[in-house]
Amino acid sequence: MSSDGSVKTYILRRLIHAGPLLLCVIVFNFTLIHLAPGDPIESLIGEFPAPDAYVEEMKRAFGLDQSLHVQLWLYIKAILKGNLGFSFYYREPVLTVILERVPATLQLMVPALLFSVVFGVVLGVLAARKPYSLSDNSVSSFALLGYCVPVFWLGQMLMLVFSIKLGWLPSQGIRTLGAELQGFAAFGDRLSHLLLPVLALSIRHMAINARIMRSSMLEVSYEDYITLARSKGLAEKKIVAGHMLPNALLPVVTIIGLDVGFLFTGSVLVETVFGWPGIGRLMYESILKRDYPVLMGTFMITTVLVVVTNLIVDIVYLWLDPRVKYDRKK
Amino acid sequence: MRPYEFWWRFRKNRAAEISSYCILLFIVVAVCASWISSYDPFALGNEPFLPPQRDHLMGTDDLGRDTFSRVLYGTQVSLMVGFLAAATSLIVGTAVGSVSGYFGGLVDDVLMRATEYVLVIPRFFLALLIVALLGTGITKIILVIGFLSWPEIARVVRAQFLTFKEREFVLAARAMGMKDWKIIFAEILPNAIPPAIVVGSFLVARAILLEAGLSFLGLGDPNYISWGMLLSDAQERIWYSMWLAIFPGLAISLLVLSINLFGDGVNDALNPKLKEK
Repeated sequence: MSSDGSVKTYILRRLIHAGPLLLCVIVFNFTLIHLAPGDPIESLIGEFPAPDAYVEEMKRAFGLDQSLHVQLWLYIKAILKGNLGFSFYYREPVLTVILERVPATLQLMVPALLFSVVFGVVLGVLAARKPYSLSDNSVSSFALLGYCVPVFWLGQMLMLVFSIKLGWLPSQGIRTLGAELQGFAAFGDRLSHLLLPVLALSIRHMAINARIMRSSMLEVSYEDYITLARSKGLAEKKIVAGHMLPNALLPVVTIIGLDVGFLFTGSVLVETVFGWPGIGRLMYESILKRDYPVLMGTFMITTVLVVVTNLIVDIVYLWLDPRVKYDRKK
Repeated sequence: MRPYEFWWRFRKNRAAEISSYCILLFIVVAVCASWISSYDPFALGNEPFLPPQRDHLMGTDDLGRDTFSRVLYGTQVSLMVGFLAAATSLIVGTAVGSVSGYFGGLVDDVLMRATEYVLVIPRFFLALLIVALLGTGITKIILVIGFLSWPEIARVVRAQFLTFKEREFVLAARAMGMKDWKIIFAEILPNAIPPAIVVGSFLVARAILLEAGLSFLGLGDPNYISWGMLLSDAQERIWYSMWLAIFPGLAISLLVLSINLFGDGVNDALNPKLKEK
């Protein structure tokens, strides 16, 4: 693929498009700082008793006594240098605070993404095999319900059943506090803490993926090349796995990029329910503590992560789509 | 399509018909909340943490407030935010989509790029940020949700404009010297409204979930009772009074489910051919 010029320019073009988006986000944050009631310095520092010297330094650094366009320029420059401000609650630079929390959120999101794509695809294929049969109807009802239930309530209900009533799984945190576990026991402890939040987070996306997969399998099944494969006498399994799946998967791949954005959303809520120490929990605490720099920084970092994932998904799509390969050969 | 024909097609989908009655019921509950509930939702003084029973159908909370009354009043905020936010999206999205689709060229490029941006950014985080910084009034929440959800509408409306602007009746109108704005409003827009309404009905459901999420994180309007707020209060107390968490969540799920089924039904009724395929 690397030898191909058109794919390269396509990716380059996508990268160039991502630039203005990030600039828009920075300008937006800047506007918000100035729109917020009260002194902009409050939004830049958060509602904490910061030392006077620091307040003065911030005022000078962001040119708060100068005209707006100078301020905007200074703000953009600071952000691009990776200076997202300082959190007085955590007593650390915002970037450090956020990056410390990213791994915990990824620990939730990556399994949830895998889980929702794999099971969503399987359910969708099962449902599409016999439209309006019992299996189709049960998958479709599950998909509809999964789509309508608020993710944080689902988390609460899972906790109620599996932690409180049955006592099978822990309800809070990322691992058992104070327990000195080693090796396999530590892994099992982590896994037992992971199970409920991942389940709560993935069901909605599993439902969406199942719905999309079902309709795209049905759509593909009307294509001429499937009729041809059938008339050649190919086994049904081979038709599904070899001819239908690769084509029907494309819409699911497309929405993975969007999924990542929504998974971040879900993780804020699920982390709040399960006391999971990731970005979401950080955001919740920052809302309570009015730690605005952290809130703005989190928005910026997640936007970057979502844009990057979308780019990766686009590249994977190019690589998967049989039609693109066909064009390239020409 | 005449109204009775639409209703006839719509009713063929039983789930959609039942869901439309459910939505109606929710609306009645929201309007008549003060008559239905026998307790003031803010009144303290009942015994705290009562499990569901005859006098308190959904039990009471930590301050002895009647959960049933609170869930009833919560309907008001959810419906208000859902419908008004979706209406805002509908207006903004239709404006953007029409201009983009009708004029094309550079205007289209710029507007579609903006649409793409709003679709890509983590919108819930943006909503959190705006509400946290600018304050948690109900009008602000409605506007924030509305202004973050228009891209879906804009895309649908634009697609309709692209199909219709080269049709004979539009070309004829242009040949007769009709002004652009009149062609947009009188000729093309009526054709773009039905699909936009379908998308809009799904946005109502999403706005309700979004508002619930915001108020679950403590960013709802503190002057109103909302289901998300009830669930947020229940979070700490779920170990010993689970009824506080069960009922508000059921209410959100049922309302969102009804609206989605209703949207599906409207979609099927407007596009009878799709269903038969």
